[in-house]
Amino acid sequence: MLWDALTLQLGYNATLVAIGAMLLGVSAGAAGTFLFLRKRALVSDAVSHATLPGVAIAFLVMVALGGDGRWLPGLLIGSALSAWAGLWVLERLVARTRLTEDSAIGAVLSVFFGFGIVLLTVIQTLGSGRQAGLEGFLLGSTAGMLMQDAILIAAGGAVTVLALVLIRRPMTLVAFDPDYATARGLPVARIDMAMMLLVMGVTVVGLKIVGLILIVALLIIPAVTARFWSERSDRVVLLAGLLGGVAGYVGAALSASAPNLPTGPIIVLVSFSLFVLSLLFAPGRGVLAAVLRQMAFRRDVHIRQGLLALAQGQPIYEPLTLRLLRRAGLARADGVATDAGRARAAKALRDEARWQVLRADQAHETVAALYDGLRKIETVLTPDQIAEIDRRIGGPRGVPT
Amino acid sequence: MSPLALATQFGADVEDLSTAPLSVRGLTVAYAQKPAVFSVDMTVEPGKMTAIVGPNGAGKSTLLKACLEIQPCLSGQVRVYGAPLSANRGRVAYVPQRASIDWDFPARVIDVVLMGLARELGLLGRIRGTHRARALDCLDRVGMRDFATRQIGQLSGGQQQRVFLARALAQEADLYLLDEPFAGVDAATEKAIIGVLKSLRAQGRTVVVVHHDLATVPEYFDNVFLIATRKIAEGPVATAFSAKNLQEAYGGRLAMAQLDRVAG
Repeated sequence: MLWDALTLQLGYNATLVAIGAMLLGVSAGAAGTFLFLRKRALVSDAVSHATLPGVAIAFLVMVALGGDGRWLPGLLIGSALSAWAGLWVLERLVARTRLTEDSAIGAVLSVFFGFGIVLLTVIQTLGSGRQAGLEGFLLGSTAGMLMQDAILIAAGGAVTVLALVLIRRPMTLVAFDPDYATARGLPVARIDMAMMLLVMGVTVVGLKIVGLILIVALLIIPAVTARFWSERSDRVVLLAGLLGGVAGYVGAALSASAPNLPTGPIIVLVSFSLFVLSLLFAPGRGVLAAVLRQMAFRRDVHIRQGLLALAQGQPIYEPLTLRLLRRAGLARADGVATDAGRARAAKALRDEARWQVLRADQAHETVAALYDGLRKIETVLTPDQIAEIDRRIGGPRGVPT
Repeated sequence: MSPLALATQFGADVEDLSTAPLSVRGLTVAYAQKPAVFSVDMTVEPGKMTAIVGPNGAGKSTLLKACLEIQPCLSGQVRVYGAPLSANRGRVAYVPQRASIDWDFPARVIDVVLMGLARELGLLGRIRGTHRARALDCLDRVGMRDFATRQIGQLSGGQQQRVFLARALAQEADLYLLDEPFAGVDAATEKAIIGVLKSLRAQGRTVVVVHHDLATVPEYFDNVFLIATRKIAEGPVATAFSAKNLQEAYGGRLAMAQLDRVAG
């Protein structure tokens, strides 16, 4: 069943939804990355919640005009207008009052959403079943998706990706260093506005599939997931688009493979599992890699300290140090150095003496600053320089046994 | 503005407005109804290194930011090579304070320097080998070439500052404005940065630095601009950087013994 879904063999509607969700995932992932880099991730939550009153009002207006209240393009235009209003109020609140952006987001989000819910309730008491489907905008509903809906999503996605390609450089510059961008003459306010417009576009287009409550997940999760895998903003953007697309496609297919699985939430869960995998296993920034690095570092510190203690005939008190030395074959269980241990200990002591010479010498000021107890002196000096220092220290000193 | 008003406000300095790399007249910048910079005139001499010096909160960085239109000003005007900033932006390079950005941003050292070429690259221009070579060359000048592919978060404070300077060098500007480039950096970095700035001066470029270390002013700079919300003094270090002017700028915050030491 799942295989059928993944290979698009579950019928017309499921195929449409899967492709639509994939395209939405790509554009949301890529657009959301800039939001994430600009540290304005939660603004998208305010924007998405602010769409609800617009949907309801658009419905009421279309009914009042004698049309079909559920005409999707009309509803989306309404949602875009009210998202715009929410964004405008948010910007004003931040610029004109002492509210910080996070408080302003809370205010806009709850007020617009609350108003939208009131309108939805009013609509339910009005008509006779004609309002069916509006609640679908909260968490998305893909059951009755039409070809034209899919085309709308595809077109929106294409426009978003195109716009991203066009203004990716200014957006990156503004996200990294807004003051510098201003000094270079970039219209920072307008670039921010363009970014928010893109996010708004993704939100509006995504209403049908994931709904306004969960769209923030599609914008943000792929970006933070991608961040685990790359240190380059352009690659983070590409990767986030890819991850978003995969999550959209797999999530939609999964939800189609069993009855009564909601599409939007399943997409978010798939996206989240990609995030967890990355969090744990990404090289460099992942948790596992960090733990391993820390362990290796601790081992190096203990061995180094242990060797210096051995070289100076001091007892080793820490059991961990002794254990590590023993495991490396440098010491016996009773704390006495092995032959290899004696050699390494003598070398460690020698290196400390060399560093001491470096520190005392003005000419080696920059090199001496690199000392941190672990750095190998061979990595900062040439063999000739080390030989020169050794001449100054004098003959090698033995290791007490 | 009428010619008469110009004459009274600017007096004999009108000449400078058309030639100086950077000139400021009657500039006032305020944060929430509190002026940080009040009615300041400044004329930066071409081909010289000028330090903007003053106590904490004296408006040094604000002055620089207002000149670059990062901070809106309440009144006054700024001229860059005799024209509004917008006309001569390409000739100005800015090095912001290191602490002003998030260094965990996903970028490598060379990516940051390439941002200095944003104007040339345009929106869609491909980054070519020549661009990379230029960026590497700028990194070389600040002694950071070996770090080109490092993530910026892995750098020390001094190295970050040098990367910022390299980004400004990539712009190949005529006027360099640096905000506290020596704040919290190691001795090697300070040496590297001052070396680069002096080489810029040797090429006839103009350098303006917001500076906090009074002891190094006479050694590093030709001119000094002393500010404490208002302009206190301006001119060659030998004359403007006097104990009397420093006392006026810093008030009781500077002991007389200290004054004697820095201003000879």
